[in-house]
Amino acid sequence: MKINRRKFLNSILGIGGIGGILSIFYPIVSYLIPPKMAEPKVNSVKAGMTSDFAANSYKIVKFGRKPVILIKTVDNQYKALSASCTHLDCIVQYKSDTKQIWCACHNGIYDLNGRNISGPPPRPLEQYDVKIVKDEIVITKMG
Amino acid sequence: MLKNIGSKIVSSIDERYDLTPVRNLLQHKKVPEHRHSVWYYMGGVTLFLFIVQLLTGILLLLYYRPGEDSAYESVRFIVTEVKFGWLIRNVHSWSANLLVLFAFVHMFSVFFSKAYEKPRELTWITGFIILVFSLAFGFSGYLLPWNELAFFATKVGTDIVGVVPVIGQPLKVLLRGGEDVTGATLSRFFGIHVAILPAIFTFFLALHLLFIQRQGMHEPEEFKNLPEEKKKYIPFFPDFALKDFLLWVVVFNVLIFLALYFPWELGNKADAFASAPKGIRPEWYFMFMFQSLKFLPAHILFIEGELLGVLFFGVAGFIWMLVPYIKIKHRSGWKFQPLTLIGIFVVIFIVIMTVLGYLL
Repeated sequence: MKINRRKFLNSILGIGGIGGILSIFYPIVSYLIPPKMAEPKVNSVKAGMTSDFAANSYKIVKFGRKPVILIKTVDNQYKALSASCTHLDCIVQYKSDTKQIWCACHNGIYDLNGRNISGPPPRPLEQYDVKIVKDEIVITKMG
Repeated sequence: MLKNIGSKIVSSIDERYDLTPVRNLLQHKKVPEHRHSVWYYMGGVTLFLFIVQLLTGILLLLYYRPGEDSAYESVRFIVTEVKFGWLIRNVHSWSANLLVLFAFVHMFSVFFSKAYEKPRELTWITGFIILVFSLAFGFSGYLLPWNELAFFATKVGTDIVGVVPVIGQPLKVLLRGGEDVTGATLSRFFGIHVAILPAIFTFFLALHLLFIQRQGMHEPEEFKNLPEEKKKYIPFFPDFALKDFLLWVVVFNVLIFLALYFPWELGNKADAFASAPKGIRPEWYFMFMFQSLKFLPAHILFIEGELLGVLFFGVAGFIWMLVPYIKIKHRSGWKFQPLTLIGIFVVIFIVIMTVLGYLL
């Protein structure tokens, strides 16, 4: 293949042009991807005193940046589970009448061990450990 | 006196820029008159509502402050402290809903009158793109007041994007500005709502209108088959334009009536660490998809139900956009054309799912 001056200049311009476009779009695309935020490593959080927490009720606790649902059952047991519905990320709640965990967004239902028993959730809720240290409720990551 | 000045200005512009094409368009453009003529006005109403959105949106921008700690407060400030702020916000919200409604009516009227057929394929496609962007406007605008309902609707809406294989997760992070719906999401949605979408939307809208001006109004089959002397037309200017304007005035009055008597609640401020409240639901125009997803089981064969639903709507939307290129042979024995039947089925599906969404 014979390369004449026009072809040579065209390919140089072409390569340079593509490079030029890339050098514009690379920073823009990189800019759009949000930077990773340093997440404080949280292994346990305190969730208040046992005396302030009525049986057959629940609260949502901040576990780092994730919500955790803490439930005190009718027989005064504590259950802590991830509060993010495995379906589409809504925050679940405890239904004191049915003794189940319910997601209002798409009617997903879990039992008190976090097992998805009805509705669209595809996976169970992640479990957390609950310990009582001097009447204070402490939630820790499992394992 | 005034008329004199006016014609002087026009003739001086004419001298410099030659206004013949504009004059020709105004003088010669005509609109067919038949029993389905009323549908010609739906696109115009949608355009009018878009103009209302633009103007009220600009006004809201003067007081709205994006941010986790300021968005909700600034909207509350607009509706409680700013003079007529409540009116501007209500008009903006209502007009948004009416816009989507009329866009849907416009789309289906075009579909059933087969106005998308050659040579108007690109008018249909640009129209469909405009509709999708209207929905994106609705979705991004919904979050801006940063209330509970909006927060969870956005969580669900962006999480749905995440179920798409391969590109879903990165796209979700890109949309949310991070892993979760936070202030970063709000900033992003604000930018998308007030800058990115208007720019893209205006471009496709201009194309859409240009195509319509270039090709004129579509004539339905039964009108085309009439003998020449029986075809009735009205001039676009001033007859059709004045009728259009009259309808705009009517819609404007309806809009103000709705804004006055059915104000939009602001609700409670979003809390990232509170359970989703009962009765959470998206805007009505997403309801049919929301309800369909609700009916899907967690798993269908080996695929997550959600994924199947999302893929289904994605593919269906894409096929709908390409409708002008779909040819199904019409057999002589059939009462309806197959595409018309599909259209009727789509409308029934959307209506039933939407109604169920509010009843269940």
